[in-house]
Amino acid sequence: MSWFKRTVKGIQTPTEMKREAPDGLWYQCPNCKKAMHTREHKNNAYTCIHCNYHEKIGSEAYFSLLFDDGKFTELDANLRSGDPLNFTDTKPYPDRIRSTEKKSGLKDAARTAYGKMSDLDIVVTCMDFAFIGGSMGSVVGEKIARGIEYALKNKIPFLMISRSGGARMMEAGFSLMQMAKTSARLAQLAEAKIPYISLLTDPTTGGVTASYAMLGDFNISEPQALIGFAGPRVIKETIGKELPKGFQTAEFILEHGFLDFIVDRKDLKDKLASLLKMLA
Amino acid sequence: MRTLLDFEKPIAELEAKLDDMQRLADENNVDVRDAVRSLTENILNLRKETFLNLTRWQRVQLSRHPDRPYTLDYIEKICQEFHELHGDRTVRDDPAIVGGFADIDGTTVMLIGQQKGRKTKERQYRNFGMPNPEGYRKALRLMKLAEKFNKPIVTLIDTPGAFPGLEAEERGQAEAIARNLREMCVLKVPVICIIIGEGASGGALGIAIGDRVLMLENSWYSVISPENCSTILWRSWDYKEQAAEALKPTATDMLNNKLIDGIIEEPLGGAHLDWDDMSNRLKERILSEIAELEKVSPQDRIDARIEKFCSMGFFEEA
Ligand SMILES: [Zn+2]
Repeated sequence: MSWFKRTVKGIQTPTEMKREAPDGLWYQCPNCKKAMHTREHKNNAYTCIHCNYHEKIGSEAYFSLLFDDGKFTELDANLRSGDPLNFTDTKPYPDRIRSTEKKSGLKDAARTAYGKMSDLDIVVTCMDFAFIGGSMGSVVGEKIARGIEYALKNKIPFLMISRSGGARMMEAGFSLMQMAKTSARLAQLAEAKIPYISLLTDPTTGGVTASYAMLGDFNISEPQALIGFAGPRVIKETIGKELPKGFQTAEFILEHGFLDFIVDRKDLKDKLASLLKMLA
Repeated sequence: MRTLLDFEKPIAELEAKLDDMQRLADENNVDVRDAVRSLTENILNLRKETFLNLTRWQRVQLSRHPDRPYTLDYIEKICQEFHELHGDRTVRDDPAIVGGFADIDGTTVMLIGQQKGRKTKERQYRNFGMPNPEGYRKALRLMKLAEKFNKPIVTLIDTPGAFPGLEAEERGQAEAIARNLREMCVLKVPVICIIIGEGASGGALGIAIGDRVLMLENSWYSVISPENCSTILWRSWDYKEQAAEALKPTATDMLNNKLIDGIIEEPLGGAHLDWDDMSNRLKERILSEIAELEKVSPQDRIDARIEKFCSMGFFEEA
């Protein structure tokens, strides 16, 4: 559905890169337009020191923020997309994959790692929006499913960080069934009573929201993140009028009862560790 | 008045010719048996030629044929009794999904399906078969009821998608679908899901997690409709035929990719031409699948259901 437009935009503008000054020393906040030192911004968990805008970061940044001393072991790093349907729109799917790999330095739109978070064992699967809009194809589904399997086998909590436009159209039916696959493994995780935290970041829409992202024991988000099933454009076209201000923001979703809490990224690690310690 | 798709028209013209011939022969008392026989044969041949070589887009058109049977039509044809049960117990009843206990030749099943309307008013009442969160929550409530009384579940899928409306978002469309996916994986009773028309994306999948997922011969099932895919990838509505080819959403495609478990064949020319025949095929398949699935223990069924969905995917591993 609509979410794909964002996707294509996402490929062309790797946000973190563009906003850096040529010398790499300055970061300009896209929200309040104020500048700060890149280091200062990084030390503030990639959030604006002036307005608290949360920059759209990827797996590398989240892993370094969450794992103690930035140390982790990556799982299933060698999974790569195939082309099950010989899909060609304006260009063949494999060409799209190869050029995205080159541009983003990533192999697909999710990575899984395990390690210690404030001395607690944890498995984290994190999506990368820079890879075809964080779209969910077979590799994303498989990495999440295997991440959950690792959590099941070792009886350690699972954290999913979503940032995605939804399905990967070029894998059509295969993409759709990743919703079923990830939900199936989560059903097993729930039966085993292992904690599952789902962090929905900006943006999380479509089939990702309608499967693993909404199935946490704890559904949490970052301030102002866009969260929804249908994209705003599709809804606008459906109802034929403007959407109310703040519609589909994390704050809106919290108010309507589908999030447990919203947490500033710089507090994320401490809050999660504290919560998980209560359950241990 | 029958609705005719473009590729149905040449056949309908021959049929009209046959009618004329017989009427004239009756009026004038002429023997036209040979001509009738040969024209009847021509019609059959043309029908075979047309329907054995349908493009993917033509199948999508058939899946939406306005004369095609919908969930309540099948219920009318195959159930001796049906007690419709309403409401999600929280917000309201969603007419885009119907469900209830049904008696099929002495077997009690929980039958749940998406429902489209046939006339303008009913179409609006059913929201064109696009459920709101309440529909998915009602469906899950009824499935749990079936589990409680140890009755198999049959779902009929026919939707252009979950409704992308403002209230649907407010009331958690995504959460409702997600919960169904997880909960349906661990239902202790047999679950049979059949795509009878359109199987669009998460809105379809939200009631389509089962031990058997079957498709009618002229239905489609994918992550997006060809029209929406065309709009997004080609930036124009005009590439829907190419999009249909690219998405490979037909029953044969989905079976070849091991994304469904089987196909139920339709009468030649499509389900809409013979509701009785189609309903019988559907009923026989439902009963035989239930009989097969009841031979397996609940835990084995659940394990197999989970592993089936977990095996779906296509990737390289270096
Ligand atoms: Zn700022």
